[in-house]
Amino acid sequence: MKEIQDVVKNLTDKYGSKRESLLPILQGITEEQNYLSSEAMLEIARALDISAAEVYGTASFYSFLDTVPRGKYVIRVCRTIVCDMHGKKQIVKTLEDLLKIKVGETTHNGKFTLLETNCLGWCHKGPCILVNDDIYTEITPAMVNEIINKYRNK
Amino acid sequence: METKKIKRVDFIFSQDFKVSEVLFNTFKKTRDEILQEIIDSDLKGRGGAGFPTGLKWKAAKEDKITEKYIICNADEGEPGTFKDRAILEEASQKVFGGMAICAKVIGAKKGWIYLRGEYKFLIPHLRKEMAIFHDMLHNELGFDFTIDIFTGSGAYVCGEETALLQSMEGKRGEPRNKPPYPTNIGLYNKPTVVNNVETLVLSMMVVKIGAEEFKKLGIQDARGGKLFSVSGDTPKSGIHELEFGMLLSDFVEEFGDGDTKAVQVGGASGFCVPRKKFDTTTIGYKGKLKGTSLPTGGSMMLFNSSRSMYNVLHNYLEFFAEESCGQCTPCRVGTQQLLKGIEAIKKGEKSHEYLEALLSLSETMKLTSKCGLGQSVANSFSSIVENFREEMIY
Repeated sequence: MKEIQDVVKNLTDKYGSKRESLLPILQGITEEQNYLSSEAMLEIARALDISAAEVYGTASFYSFLDTVPRGKYVIRVCRTIVCDMHGKKQIVKTLEDLLKIKVGETTHNGKFTLLETNCLGWCHKGPCILVNDDIYTEITPAMVNEIINKYRNK
Repeated sequence: METKKIKRVDFIFSQDFKVSEVLFNTFKKTRDEILQEIIDSDLKGRGGAGFPTGLKWKAAKEDKITEKYIICNADEGEPGTFKDRAILEEASQKVFGGMAICAKVIGAKKGWIYLRGEYKFLIPHLRKEMAIFHDMLHNELGFDFTIDIFTGSGAYVCGEETALLQSMEGKRGEPRNKPPYPTNIGLYNKPTVVNNVETLVLSMMVVKIGAEEFKKLGIQDARGGKLFSVSGDTPKSGIHELEFGMLLSDFVEEFGDGDTKAVQVGGASGFCVPRKKFDTTTIGYKGKLKGTSLPTGGSMMLFNSSRSMYNVLHNYLEFFAEESCGQCTPCRVGTQQLLKGIEAIKKGEKSHEYLEALLSLSETMKLTSKCGLGQSVANSFSSIVENFREEMIY
């Protein structure tokens, strides 16, 4: 893995080192390292010349900016009402059985994290899941296996 | 009571004109002429709050500061809403066009699309379309205006315009006090117009067909058409562009599954209408209409009699409790207490009279919360509790 200083440097070169660069930088780190480590947040604070508490305070506000270790692929199952009505629970159950983890946990090999999330904006095609940035709609328990295999072999 | 029969409209996704031509013709007019057209059209914000678009533009235009911004609010997070995503997928040129028209009126050179993190997969498509648009705008029309994308990171409250601005400034998405309004003190303290995706497309429709023609659609205070995101227990889930002013009973006849017991109008922050009120409820903004007229960002969720309204409300409250930014006490504590409260009543730990205390708490939240999130929890809470009281208790 690249040194965190280099990662942050690349991002500040791209987005600048002003306060308004903070969100794009946090997003960039999350993309590269799956989550925001304390080291990363401290380095950002140094680079932007703001307190580490400001960095953590901002990061922890956003549900897509994780401050605890996450798997390479973060699976987010939509739990909002229409997806819930259309079989979200079976999807979660299938994922839990398949990955042998509960919602909120990460697999041993660090490949998958399973989370629930609020409305993904596909209510007409629920249930739906987001795997990193990829969306899967109208999924069935049978399809879950296929989707997971795709990422397993990546 | 003035109502309209369900009528399909086709503007947002229609391909019958070129954006560049509309802009070319519009840019021949003066800024005041364009603004007047928007004001005359009675166009109201399509994000849900329904603020008159023309007045918003006017406030920003009149501000003396020369550096101004326009932001397209694509932080579509309201449960049951998915129309903005479809617009960005299929009609992004019109969104950019609407932004350019606003830029012309207020005098902005820079604009952003605030795209919710959940829609990140749209970015390659948007970048491609944006390059085409910029090429046309800069080289064919010689108009100095540039759009960029800012991505959110999963926070419903950032759809609130001042929280959105905080987020763009690299801060927690906590709403600001209003006033001052963003049209005077917005992004980086500069005058900023924040408009919903659909509103921007419609502002383009207004300048193309003229305010008079636009106003022929809809009723009284609710003019024009609207994209409705229809989901839930319906055989016709999806996006439907309809004229404002329809009766909910007509809507249910068209979209229901024959067993509709309630419709949630406007998402979790909107109102739940039970079957007995279908024929006295119209869809539009609050005006001088008799009966009830409900404003909406376009989310229409149908529930049939197999659904427990307790589960529906419970799902909403979990949503609000998690999405409350935590800044102001009424909303932070209120959302949690409402959730705990209905659970306690369901389990029999509290008597059903406790519902009255919870209703009064939701009313307090409406009066004292800082932003629309906390203020609107009472909408769904009271409309579900009052209409489906027995389902909350037994």
